[in-house]
Amino acid sequence: MAAEAKQSILARRVLWGLLLLALCLVSAFIACTLGSYPTPAGTTLRVLGSALGLTSHADLDPSVRVVIVDIRLARVCLSMLCGAALAVAGTVFQGVLRNPLADAFTLGVSGGAAFGASLAILTGAAGAAAFSGLDPSTGTLPVFALAGALAALAAVLGLGRLAGGSMGAMRRETLVLAGIVVSTFLSALISLMKSLDEESVSSIVFWIMGSFQGRGFEHVRLALPYMLLGLILILWRLRELDLLALGETQARLLGLNATRSRLWLLIGASLLSGAAVAVSGVIGFVGLVVPHLLRRVLGAGHAALVPASALLGGLLLLWSDVLARSILPGGAELPVGVVTALLGGPFFCLLLGKSTGSRS
Amino acid sequence: MNQTPTSLRAVHLSCGYSGKPVLCDINITIAPGEFVGLCGPNGAGKTTLLLALSGLLTPHEGRIELDGADLATLPARQRARRISCVPQKIDAPVGFTVRELVLMGRYAHTGLLAGYGPDDHAAVDAALAQTNTQDLAERQAVELSGGELQRVLLARALSQGRNILLLDEAASAMDMGRRVEAYDLLASLNKAGTTVLSALHDLNLAALYCPRLIFLKAGRIVLDGATTEIFTESNLKDIYETELRVAPHPVTGAPQAHLVPGAGRHPAPGNLGN
Repeated sequence: MAAEAKQSILARRVLWGLLLLALCLVSAFIACTLGSYPTPAGTTLRVLGSALGLTSHADLDPSVRVVIVDIRLARVCLSMLCGAALAVAGTVFQGVLRNPLADAFTLGVSGGAAFGASLAILTGAAGAAAFSGLDPSTGTLPVFALAGALAALAAVLGLGRLAGGSMGAMRRETLVLAGIVVSTFLSALISLMKSLDEESVSSIVFWIMGSFQGRGFEHVRLALPYMLLGLILILWRLRELDLLALGETQARLLGLNATRSRLWLLIGASLLSGAAVAVSGVIGFVGLVVPHLLRRVLGAGHAALVPASALLGGLLLLWSDVLARSILPGGAELPVGVVTALLGGPFFCLLLGKSTGSRS
Repeated sequence: MNQTPTSLRAVHLSCGYSGKPVLCDINITIAPGEFVGLCGPNGAGKTTLLLALSGLLTPHEGRIELDGADLATLPARQRARRISCVPQKIDAPVGFTVRELVLMGRYAHTGLLAGYGPDDHAAVDAALAQTNTQDLAERQAVELSGGELQRVLLARALSQGRNILLLDEAASAMDMGRRVEAYDLLASLNKAGTTVLSALHDLNLAALYCPRLIFLKAGRIVLDGATTEIFTESNLKDIYETELRVAPHPVTGAPQAHLVPGAGRHPAPGNLGN
């Protein structure tokens, strides 16, 4: 009986994984057909096939190819990548801090990355010019964003520690409050920078709202190395996330160097979220919602949770972006951060109510 | 599974939490293959001593030796491979099955890159079988009763290693039958070479299973010796400050303490107004 139950739990996880993967592929394809200039599924398929070198592209209209591959497919890839990065980062933040309200956005990590990016634009003499055309050849931008992300995280954890409690045992609300304080402070600084340099206003606004408008494959290339690095750090310590869920004492009894483990996992999650913010701006709530939904169906074991988070996060942000670019009539775009906030805000309230309710 | 009989020694150990001293000048030597009971009134420092012996607290003074080597110099994973511990009262983690919880005991045995392997799963199965918890394996840990969770934590400690076991009230929530089952298991592990140090409130259980007892009071060792010699009415009266009688166990002959009603230390009702 026990063996069967073990099999069924494993089977359920594999099934969910395959389902999410299939949904991701189908959604990516559908998203490539949608837009102000919809393309039939057959044409889209042939163009995508030719892009992968599977079919010949002699008879294809080059402008259609540009729309489908360089504009839509690039955006699909970037939005899925950022969604995956934000969701995995959220899973790790929640696991390490043992706090269901933790997420790159609520912890102020995204705000820190946006601040770093804005600073790079403002101070880099070439930056302002380069980023009004969003030329990603300046590799300094993600570095600034990552530094900002880590600095904001350090500030939030420091504030949380001032209010009492070690890293694994801070009060949930304390940490989120510290995150809000840091985020608000940083967004004020961003506004200040905006008023200092009128020319870069449009590109700085982008970091605050979050958007994939005008993004291309070069942004995928820009973010990918940092995201891979962050992912490797996390995968390397995947088992440790489970141990940290037991709390400091038990994790150490089982042989974990908890302080070092937390540090590297937090750096990994900051790399993921910082890289996502560097190319997409601040997009909230993806990292908050996804781990919660998945924990309900998969349990809290991170070996299943982290890969599933990547898939569902990608899926969620992909569709949020499709909504953002197609919901307004006349081809105007909504920042995707607005869409995720509209979806995620109520969810956050629900969680907040639940977590304070369960305490009494 | 093979075990290496392991010795543990505290030398002039003083320690506590963030500067606040709890234990003062503790000197004990647990020889390889011993089965020792750790007793004493509430707040005597039993849990603190076990945490210190597990290597989790940095001594303020003195040191702890594991097979002669300073425990503080051992890396966490090596330490955990040699010392297994069943902690006191824990909150079951949400979202993990019993099997996943027991498998975490194998963390210290895994390579830095490799995940849990067939050896680890075999050790988990063996530990579940020995503690009679196979039927709980796929249940959610949060759904377990207190006694069931304690059996699962014992299984986790066994999957972690069998050289030396430190137990902190490891059977306090179990019913009588399960408690005897758990301590019979500890006794048989001890026969096979496992060194056992068990903190427990139940003096009679301690006297039944532990040939040697250590009594802590207010952070100091007040008694340490063979159970048959130190488990006496006058010693226990001094330590627990209450009236009791000691009589031999009808089957094994081990000394057993019996409380005497009406001997508590509560103030007389007339004095409450002062």
